[in-house]
Amino acid sequence: MAYSFPEEVLEHVFSFLGSDKDRNAVSLVCRSWYEIERWCRRRLFVGNCYAVSPEIMIRRFPEVRAVEMKGKPHFADFNLVPEGWGGYVHPWIRAMSAAYPWLEEIKLKRMVVTDESLELIARSFKNFRVLVLSSCEGFTTDGLASIAANCRNLRELDLRESEVEDLSGHWLSHFPDSCTSLVSLNMSCLGSEVSFSALERLVGRCPNLKTLRLNRAVPLEKLPNLLHRAPQLVELGTGAYSAEIRPDIYSNLAEAFSLCKQLKGLSGFWDVVPAYLPAMYSVCAGITSLNLSYATIQSPELVKIVSQCRHLQRLWVLDYIEDAGLEALAASCKDLLELRVFPSDPFGAEANVSLTEQGLVSVSEGCPKLQSVLYFCRQMSNAALVTIARNRPKMVRFRLCIIEPQAPDYLTLEPLDRGFGAIVENCKELRRLSLSGLLTDRVFDYIGKHAKKLEMLSIAFAGDSDLGLHHVLSGCESLRKLEIRDCPFGDKALLANAAKLETMRSLWMSSCSVSFGACKLLAQKIPRLNVEVIDERGHPNSRPDSCPVEKLYIYRTVAGPRVDMPDFIWTIDEDAASPEVFLSNGAV
Amino acid sequence: MEAGLNLKATELRLGLPGADLIYPAATNNKRSSPESDDSSAVTDHESAPAPKAQIVGWPPVRSYRKNNFPAKRSEAETGIYVKVSMDGAPYLRKIDLKVYNGYAELLKALETMFKLTIGDYSEREGYKGSEYAPAYEDKDGDLMLVGDVPWEMFMSSCKRLRVMKGSDARGLGCGV
Repeated sequence: MAYSFPEEVLEHVFSFLGSDKDRNAVSLVCRSWYEIERWCRRRLFVGNCYAVSPEIMIRRFPEVRAVEMKGKPHFADFNLVPEGWGGYVHPWIRAMSAAYPWLEEIKLKRMVVTDESLELIARSFKNFRVLVLSSCEGFTTDGLASIAANCRNLRELDLRESEVEDLSGHWLSHFPDSCTSLVSLNMSCLGSEVSFSALERLVGRCPNLKTLRLNRAVPLEKLPNLLHRAPQLVELGTGAYSAEIRPDIYSNLAEAFSLCKQLKGLSGFWDVVPAYLPAMYSVCAGITSLNLSYATIQSPELVKIVSQCRHLQRLWVLDYIEDAGLEALAASCKDLLELRVFPSDPFGAEANVSLTEQGLVSVSEGCPKLQSVLYFCRQMSNAALVTIARNRPKMVRFRLCIIEPQAPDYLTLEPLDRGFGAIVENCKELRRLSLSGLLTDRVFDYIGKHAKKLEMLSIAFAGDSDLGLHHVLSGCESLRKLEIRDCPFGDKALLANAAKLETMRSLWMSSCSVSFGACKLLAQKIPRLNVEVIDERGHPNSRPDSCPVEKLYIYRTVAGPRVDMPDFIWTIDEDAASPEVFLSNGAV
Repeated sequence: MEAGLNLKATELRLGLPGADLIYPAATNNKRSSPESDDSSAVTDHESAPAPKAQIVGWPPVRSYRKNNFPAKRSEAETGIYVKVSMDGAPYLRKIDLKVYNGYAELLKALETMFKLTIGDYSEREGYKGSEYAPAYEDKDGDLMLVGDVPWEMFMSSCKRLRVMKGSDARGLGCGV
């Protein structure tokens, strides 16, 4: 173009574009914009590590500073994905260590990370600053020691909910005295005790420390020592919240909390001794985020805390809060955006607490900004769901788990189709939905018709036939992730909507009725999908084509079939039409 | 029976007078009430229905969350075993304090175990009129009279029990 802007100007303009969507759109305008954009993109998000390869990523984006990546399917959180499935980060780290010497940030979710990977990170990236490992596994505290010892400018080390082999607490002592750059440290998932004096000194010499999430082993009576050294903290995760009942411990704790004037977020609270709760009351007025989901305290104590947190925006809590507590929440916390209520006794046959659909209805009535809900309960009615839907049309995330599978409306014994239908019809901005209870194909009809902005849908023990799945695949225009377990959905809907699958990130189906034959057809039809069959009964060829597969994971990819699968997973190749099916883990 | 021991008056609390703080329940999550009679204090295991066969991955609670939970089950498995000695007896016994729901049950068990009577407790005079008085050694090594502190506090501070002859227990408040 004769009158186009010089590259530098365009680059400068593009630097204001934060979202990936915008940058992707920009790169489609014309070849020169594509070229300019790819050289100046600094942050990358890879939603499925198998959708693309390290080589392709590096070839297109040579100057990346921050990478965020996800591995295993979401249902891995609930033990539905067998051990050894995959999600290994090492090939990525190896490739990036050569190509991105200036890499600063790595954020991973549900990936397998080894000590070798951590050591490679520590050695390869001189300006490394941020490591977030969310629900990851495969590494030990030795790997953490490498990071602590070698990353001179480390700002964030966040191990949220990862499964770490805890060899000892010694890793923390590897932070050199010269390390003063920490802004965020989350070690809450670790079991072993770290050297308290090392922790104290580390906290004391990092003036920019804003987030500190301790592990259970840090004793409550020592917490004041840390708070005195870091009164600027914005987010605090306590260790075990228990100690011998002594007035001096109490007054030290209360005084230390009162010094933390910037505190906005609190978490931790394992093993709570209620007598110590009033010590934190002084910070409640400023708290916007509260995670009490490990605190086994009863409703009255919970109410005392919550009713003082007038600016609360996010609350995670156990169902000990009960309906009465949720009513109090609804009365006090008018800024509430997100509520998550977890079950204290998920496997008990009967309710151990008085928490019903009424609690959620109260919150939906009293909290005008409520947009995100995760709620475990034992009974639900269509009437309640309709009320919630009408109260909160701006709902964005709605995840309901009625503990008994296929539980009907407890008042009328009808399916809950109408209730969830009201949710999708009223909440036009809904992006994420998890269903439960007794549901027929009708609910999927409603979802297909109304849930136009829905991006993620989780379904369990629901539906009557393929029609249900068909409604969803043909109707939900924005659908990116679909995960289904134990539903009577099979071949017809999948094959009729094969093309849809290429517009989505992934589809998971386990204990459904999809046959091996249909998987082969699907792989043939849509070459750029990886159709992975997971079956621990042995090679699918050893059973008839009509036999349903145990588990199925389908995702779009430009990287072709993966090569790191265990021996109970097969990627169906496009040449599946041939009588001897070539399955890409080498087996025939 | 527990009302006779008048526990609430001696309960230690933190906070301003008049503030109603509930002492932590050690073994179960149901609200404890000092007025509950023995029949409602029957242990959970006996009356709760049997757990259902579990479906894999349902309800969808992350294993991280399940593992981090102070499971009721594991608490029930580890008992609080303390030695019990009786003055004049040739050997000691051991009992699990978790098995008892309060002082009344504990004393009854001691009476049965050693074939003696202990009598009634009063704050002022201890076990008046009894041949024997139950005492215990606490965390600091001091010999204390059983019954002075709330049951939960007793359970966590008792290191061993000693059934003393009434005459020896005079200093501990026995009015013999």
